[in-house]
Amino acid sequence: MNGHSPNSVSAARAGWLLIQRDLRLGMRRPGEWLQPLVFFFVVTTLFPLATDPQMSRLRDMAPGALWVAALLSSLLALEMLFREDGQDGTLEQLALSGLPLSWLLLSKSCVHWLLTGLPLVLAAPLVAMAFGAPYAAIPAILAALLLGSVALSLIGAVGAGLTLGLRRGGVLLALLVLPLAVPVLIFGAHATALAIALEPAAAPMYMLAAIVVLSATLAPLATAAAVRIGLE
Amino acid sequence: MSWAWLHRYASPPHFYRWAGRMIPWLSSLAAICGAAGLIGALGLAPPDYQQGEGYRIIFVHVPAAVLSTVAYAVMATAAGVGLIWRMNVAHAVAASCASIGAWFTALALVTGSLWGRPMWGTYWEWDPRLTSELVLLFLYLGYMGLRSAIDDTARADRASAVLALVGVINLPIIHYSVDWWNSLHQGHTLLKFGKASMPPSMLTPLLLMMLAFLLYFGAIVLTRARGAVLRRERQARWIGEIVGVTAP
Repeated sequence: MNGHSPNSVSAARAGWLLIQRDLRLGMRRPGEWLQPLVFFFVVTTLFPLATDPQMSRLRDMAPGALWVAALLSSLLALEMLFREDGQDGTLEQLALSGLPLSWLLLSKSCVHWLLTGLPLVLAAPLVAMAFGAPYAAIPAILAALLLGSVALSLIGAVGAGLTLGLRRGGVLLALLVLPLAVPVLIFGAHATALAIALEPAAAPMYMLAAIVVLSATLAPLATAAAVRIGLE
Repeated sequence: MSWAWLHRYASPPHFYRWAGRMIPWLSSLAAICGAAGLIGALGLAPPDYQQGEGYRIIFVHVPAAVLSTVAYAVMATAAGVGLIWRMNVAHAVAASCASIGAWFTALALVTGSLWGRPMWGTYWEWDPRLTSELVLLFLYLGYMGLRSAIDDTARADRASAVLALVGVINLPIIHYSVDWWNSLHQGHTLLKFGKASMPPSMLTPLLLMMLAFLLYFGAIVLTRARGAVLRRERQARWIGEIVGVTAP
């Protein structure tokens, strides 16, 4: 329980063990992280089908389509963040471990991002080019999505914690998280639009980075509070 | 600093009696201010030199918009107090703020779009203020949705309090990002009231209407919170004493 017993591990070590465990679990269930990725592709395919597939029109639409699709598929993935661990009691063990719960949940968020956010980031250039984005825009699009998806994972974890174990959790999760994700969407789509227009996108990128820093600082605390409430 | 006063007000029977005494005052003052404000707004204030009579919707629109944020601030403060000191009364107040705040937000949006039709030529403009008001409405709906999804009152209180506090950190970010978003897309603001100097004949009724809305909000929140306290404390002894029924 306390830090002096021989079996205790440091918080850093525990975070690392948790990351390894979650990664291993995720790798053994590829459906969990493949589904949001496939969903991302399907949603972005719908945009050209629903509108006029001229490259010049698609290029205007690319930032919006890319970011709305990324937001929706990260939302889809969020449902799985705490579900299994909430059901089988792992979260309770983490809360009782005596280690800072916010730190442990931050580790979980990291893995969640590695499994569901990173694939989206890597898939984004493909989609962007299908929407007619120039090659030169790809690094900036990657950077924007990298920052944005981290922020979405962190902010979304609060919502996932609040809806822990609720019936109708999925729709409610969307209602809770989407308004909070508005700034990420605005700055991300704006950075992408600037990149596609081959203009410097540093300003919205800095804002995205600021949001990442702020949410990495505060969101784990709120997530831990939410999870503790959910476990009672 | 002593916190005794806070705990005294937080005791449900005390809050119940105190709120019961406050409500008639608040509602009658709200009625007086509202009547005076409406007379000033609809009768005495001159028509605007640009917008004619159409501008008079401001006397409902601006107080509703102000109250939509004030209600959120009160809700988040009460939620924070409830979370920190574990006060049921504060949670009851926070929960009571949500639906009235959502209604003020909806009212601000509806009057805003009614006003936009003659002035901007459209019911809906993706104006930063309108948009952040809409996001605020979604935040309220999320708060109410979370409360209604959790059956256990204590858990609903604390989970929704966390959400309210997260929202309060995010609200300024949302507001400024939306501001920034549209100012970059189009520099199109047909009317800007922020800096517009108003003659006292318009400003006085506007302030009176704001006061009326504020007092009305106080009366409604206390009434709703009183009801919520009754329901939460339905097992308690003091309710039997108030109702005149002694528990067996």
